Amino acid sequence: MREARSAREGPAVTAWERFADSFFNARVAAEYLPKIVDGFWLTVTLALGIVATGLAAGLALALVRSLGLRPLNWLIVFVVDLFRALPPLVVIALLFFGLPAAGMQLSGFASTWLALSLVLMAFAEEIFWAGITSVPKGQWEAARSTGLTFLQTLRFVVLPQAVRLTIPPLTNRTIAITKGTALASVVAVQEILGAAHAGVSFSFNPTPLTLGALAYLVLFLPVVVFGRWVETRFAWRR
Amino acid sequence: MTRPIIEARGVHKHFGALHVLKGVDLVVAERELVFVIGPSGSGKSTLLRCLNRLEEPSAGSIVVDGIDLLDRRTDINAARRRIGMVFQGFNLYPHMTALGNVTLALRKVLGLPRAEAEARGRAALERVHLADRADHYPGQLSGGQQQRVAIARAIALEPRVMLFDEPTSALDPELVGGVLAVMRELREDGMTMVVVSHEMGFARAAADRVLFMADGMVVEEGTPGEIFGAPRHERTRTFISQIERT
Amino acid sequence: MGWEDFAAAFLNLAIMREASPILVQGLVQTILLSLLVVPLGLIGGTALALLSTVRHPLVRWPLMAWVDVFRALPPLVLLVFLYAGLPFAGLELPAWGAVAIGFFLNTGAYYGEILRAGIESVPREQMEAARSTGLTGGQAMAYVVLPQAVRNVLPDLISNTLEVVKLTSIASVVALPELLYQARQAQSVTYNASPIVAAAAVYSVLLWPVVRLLSRLENRQLAARR
Repeated sequence: MREARSAREGPAVTAWERFADSFFNARVAAEYLPKIVDGFWLTVTLALGIVATGLAAGLALALVRSLGLRPLNWLIVFVVDLFRALPPLVVIALLFFGLPAAGMQLSGFASTWLALSLVLMAFAEEIFWAGITSVPKGQWEAARSTGLTFLQTLRFVVLPQAVRLTIPPLTNRTIAITKGTALASVVAVQEILGAAHAGVSFSFNPTPLTLGALAYLVLFLPVVVFGRWVETRFAWRR
Repeated sequence: MTRPIIEARGVHKHFGALHVLKGVDLVVAERELVFVIGPSGSGKSTLLRCLNRLEEPSAGSIVVDGIDLLDRRTDINAARRRIGMVFQGFNLYPHMTALGNVTLALRKVLGLPRAEAEARGRAALERVHLADRADHYPGQLSGGQQQRVAIARAIALEPRVMLFDEPTSALDPELVGGVLAVMRELREDGMTMVVVSHEMGFARAAADRVLFMADGMVVEEGTPGEIFGAPRHERTRTFISQIERT
Repeated sequence: MGWEDFAAAFLNLAIMREASPILVQGLVQTILLSLLVVPLGLIGGTALALLSTVRHPLVRWPLMAWVDVFRALPPLVLLVFLYAGLPFAGLELPAWGAVAIGFFLNTGAYYGEILRAGIESVPREQMEAARSTGLTGGQAMAYVVLPQAVRNVLPDLISNTLEVVKLTSIASVVALPELLYQARQAQSVTYNASPIVAAAAVYSVLLWPVVRLLSRLENRQLAARR
């Protein structure tokens, strides 16, 4: 990264021209745009994969926890606490740099996907669980008194209410963790940041980084605005 | 007396160190309406909740409609659909319409197809005079209407017995009448009912028998005339005079 | 792979002991870094939250755009841009400087949103009551509204602070020698994963009490929302 820092010799021009030439260089932009676009789709793939596995695993853990089997629940709480306490980049490093020592090689993509899925799983379990426990006992009793089984009550009565309650915190947490896909650049995945950073090294010009930042805004700005909307839409009226 | 439909014998319930039911007997005949009264903490709600095993009795036997509820081999979910229950706090499902509340168990427990479940659900809502509110959510209904939907939810399953746990005590006074009217109609249709409540007027007019409970035991029982007119025990007298004053 | 091989690769005490001096150095850096960026973020966030009480559209919309842009940009992107991009504009930032600015922008936006929600949760009458006793707007905000706002969103503030402390690990990318960076160094020298495992253990042991506390607070908060 340092080599790029001294590589900005050029003819005497105005500061603005130099700035524009550095950060908004049309030629460099045209050259590296396809790479950034490829990176964009890689980021999207990675993000969708993390959301799918992370949320599904989190929900599954919360459901298992609702069965109330003591030793199993301690294990779940331990795993959840662990992945809430560990920085995602540390988990990625453990998987990517650590596993080869065990004779197992995960690609950078797989490491990031697995690591962030585990982190999202932990946060999602916690949120789903809080949602499930916040459904009043009377709802369980009413449903069970009509002959619904434990699982039917969970499925038709408790979960719909719990999920509604959990949507705002879950949306925000999912967005925050999904943004962690940029960490994949550390383990050599050519997602947006990885592609942009490589572009800077090759072209000795920061325009690919500008493109990368714009690509992230294109991807996540709507998501953040969506999260804002969800928060007002599902605000609890009472 | 026809054959008993509820036969609970020697029911005990402990909550940790707390001994809430101390050997209660309750026998209810078909088409009978039994009222259970008593001060708070007397165990009357716990007794009611043992009758469909929402609470697990610590000891005793409970047979409802010929089914031994405490037998491990009993399918409790199948038994529960014959025992309707109405709660103090209504406990309607807030994310479902009135009709959705009534039809959920019809579809998932009885396994009826949607159309048939809805027809039966509407008929049940008709019986509580809320056919026009079928598509309303609980939040859009008054407390009295919510409680009537809860009654419809229970009777739609065509239970053999109905349990009422203080069905009117969470209601504003002006809404109580509608719920009691529905209960009276149920009674006239021959439903067997066990009611925990302080609605003395209703008890006088509709009950066959009144049980007075205190400290986890049945202190005395008799016809409404006997219990309200000439209570034999001091505790019953004190309790009834306190209730009537309020 | 047997247990012994696994232990040798991941729980190698000899290597952990060997690496412990630089891991301790890394931990010190992580703590110093946290002590720098958490207050910075809180200052930025408070400023943003106070600005958000201005209802004028010329303040409101740019403010919202600012907050959303910095919530949309992954912090690592911001950091790399500051560290590897800005030198091209003639601005060479040391790693610490890039981290400080990046966290100020990113973390500030998050703290800002939380504190804004907190201020909005305090009934308007509180401000009116305070003003009616002769307090200035600033005094009323500082002594009456903000304390209540902070209390109302305390779980979110703690949760965000936990995330910020964890996020300091990305400073390793710009070669700032904090805990993860040192663990990676030790790992690449020894070709043994134990230093990273040790670093992970340090993080989880230090942050575990916060996670427990939060889980209690959040459960209570969600239950109260019904």
